[in-house]
Amino acid sequence: MTLPPQTLAEQILSHACGRPVYAGEVVTCAVDLAMVHDSIAPAVIRILTEELGASGVWDRERVAVAIDHVAPAATIQTATAQDGVRRWALEQELPHFFETGRGICHQVLLEERLARPGLLVVGSDSHSTAYGAVGAFGTGMGATDIALALATGQTWLRVPSTVLVRARGELRPGVSAKDVALFIARELRADGATYEALEYHGFDAFSLGERTTLTSMAVEVGAKAGIVAPTGAALADDEVPEWLGVQPGATYRRVLDVDLTALEPQVAAPNFVDNVTDLGEVAPSERVPVNVVYLGTCTNGRHEDMAAAARILRGRRVARGVRLIVVPASSQALQQAAEDGTLSTLLAAGAAIGTPGCGACIGRHMGVLAPGDVCVFTGNRNFRGRMGSPDARIYLASPEVAAATAVTGYLTDPRTLASLPA
Amino acid sequence: MTLTPPPPRSVPTRSARVWRFGADVNTDQIVPGRFAPYMTSEAELRKAPFIEARPEFAAQVQPGDLIVAGNNFGCGSSREYAPQALKLVGVGAIIAPSFARIFFRNALNLGIPVFEADLTDLADGERVHLDLEAARIHTAGGERPLPPPPAWMREVWRAGGIVPYYRAHGRFPGVPGR
Ligand code: SF4
Repeated sequence: MTLPPQTLAEQILSHACGRPVYAGEVVTCAVDLAMVHDSIAPAVIRILTEELGASGVWDRERVAVAIDHVAPAATIQTATAQDGVRRWALEQELPHFFETGRGICHQVLLEERLARPGLLVVGSDSHSTAYGAVGAFGTGMGATDIALALATGQTWLRVPSTVLVRARGELRPGVSAKDVALFIARELRADGATYEALEYHGFDAFSLGERTTLTSMAVEVGAKAGIVAPTGAALADDEVPEWLGVQPGATYRRVLDVDLTALEPQVAAPNFVDNVTDLGEVAPSERVPVNVVYLGTCTNGRHEDMAAAARILRGRRVARGVRLIVVPASSQALQQAAEDGTLSTLLAAGAAIGTPGCGACIGRHMGVLAPGDVCVFTGNRNFRGRMGSPDARIYLASPEVAAATAVTGYLTDPRTLASLPA
Repeated sequence: MTLTPPPPRSVPTRSARVWRFGADVNTDQIVPGRFAPYMTSEAELRKAPFIEARPEFAAQVQPGDLIVAGNNFGCGSSREYAPQALKLVGVGAIIAPSFARIFFRNALNLGIPVFEADLTDLADGERVHLDLEAARIHTAGGERPLPPPPAWMREVWRAGGIVPYYRAHGRFPGVPGR
């Protein structure tokens, strides 16, 4: 008997459950990898040891701990909490413990090849959807869920239905993966895929980083997971299990077609991720003054993002009155930027460079916003108060738009910059 | 053998206040990141819910009060201390047409009843009775049914959350017992 075709999410969860499962079922399945970061780890450890009475984790090899959200620690309280996490990770002899400065959990797990095609990865962070870049089912959960996963190696899930994002064409210069991610939020809206999975087809030409930009933002439309079809050059070095791949005839609740060739630079205006328009339409008749440009995060803090910004900033200076803060997503990204001159270009333009990690993405340190600040941010959330003061305004955009804006001091289409004097 | 008495038909005698919120209430609005429990104390976390969005909430909310909101309640980060803070102040249930999935899961894990229903016509401050067993809400304007939660979800509520449930059953909900 042949089984009905499955979505990528159904395939991965079937594999994790050991039987074919389909959208709508509530299932218990085996977790391949569990990630916990500094912000949530204290609660996870407390629930694990005090409430569940577990002496350790179910499998050391399948647990990753990262100190990335407020790293280096900004306050005595944070330092103390992180010290507890560090001691626990060392006591437990966890081989995958990533210290201050190694980078953002999601980026590090991808670089370390802990997140791999076909795995079920649960993380104590909503942007754990990022792991879908390599064809994993990555999903974010709260402290209790993660503690249970660490204790038992299992989790429960409702198998999600899937929204298919189908691309055709090729991006034009000045338009990037971030614009695709913002366009998806614009079309699906913030709750457009709640409890669902996104599956991305037609992105074979995208690099791993570009795929991560897409999947890290799957949660911004409510999705439980966002999985890029695991084909194309970016996955050439990864072993894709033979059971994993797009199956014609799988059931998709909705299909969103994206014409990459027609796509314009996008921007999400304050204070919602789905408040997206073409950059040219944000304020068509006036300039939108910006005084902070923040480049980083799991969505756009990789080497290629810094390099894209550097291409625009080469030979130019950050406008007077603007601060440009660059926080690399990982030590590897920073190292690459140092090796190929990207870093010196950024520094020459006037950028401040932070320790690899989350930076001010959650408003705890390393460049939080003041009341009245207007920020162009390459991250994934522009909620009121997200990066500091509730009276700051955050626009989400691509690294290219961010760099061009840093040069002019107002929201700027990178394609127009060529005509401006360097 | 004695017969166990039927479960009480719990129409609570005390009425609950409706706290109305709009759509897309995010976890930063529920509890800003600076109130992460390890950064503050539980006493501080009690003061945190909606501290910026609705400053009077934490001081005035009474145990059993209901949050009635628009679509996509609890979107944003995975922080469990957002529903944790609502549990600490005794929120009786959260009712919205849709929830962000991590929030829904966290609330369920903590044993807070959540219902997917559109009651946005209720007014802020309205007094109602929630009948959890019957999944019904009694308002001045009449009775409103709520979508009956699956049996496993009620079991998690009754257990007081997923951890007590797991400890009692040795397994996760929603799957047949072994
Ligand atoms: S960079 Fe921002 S969105 Fe990404 S994991 Fe860190 S805090 Fe979360």
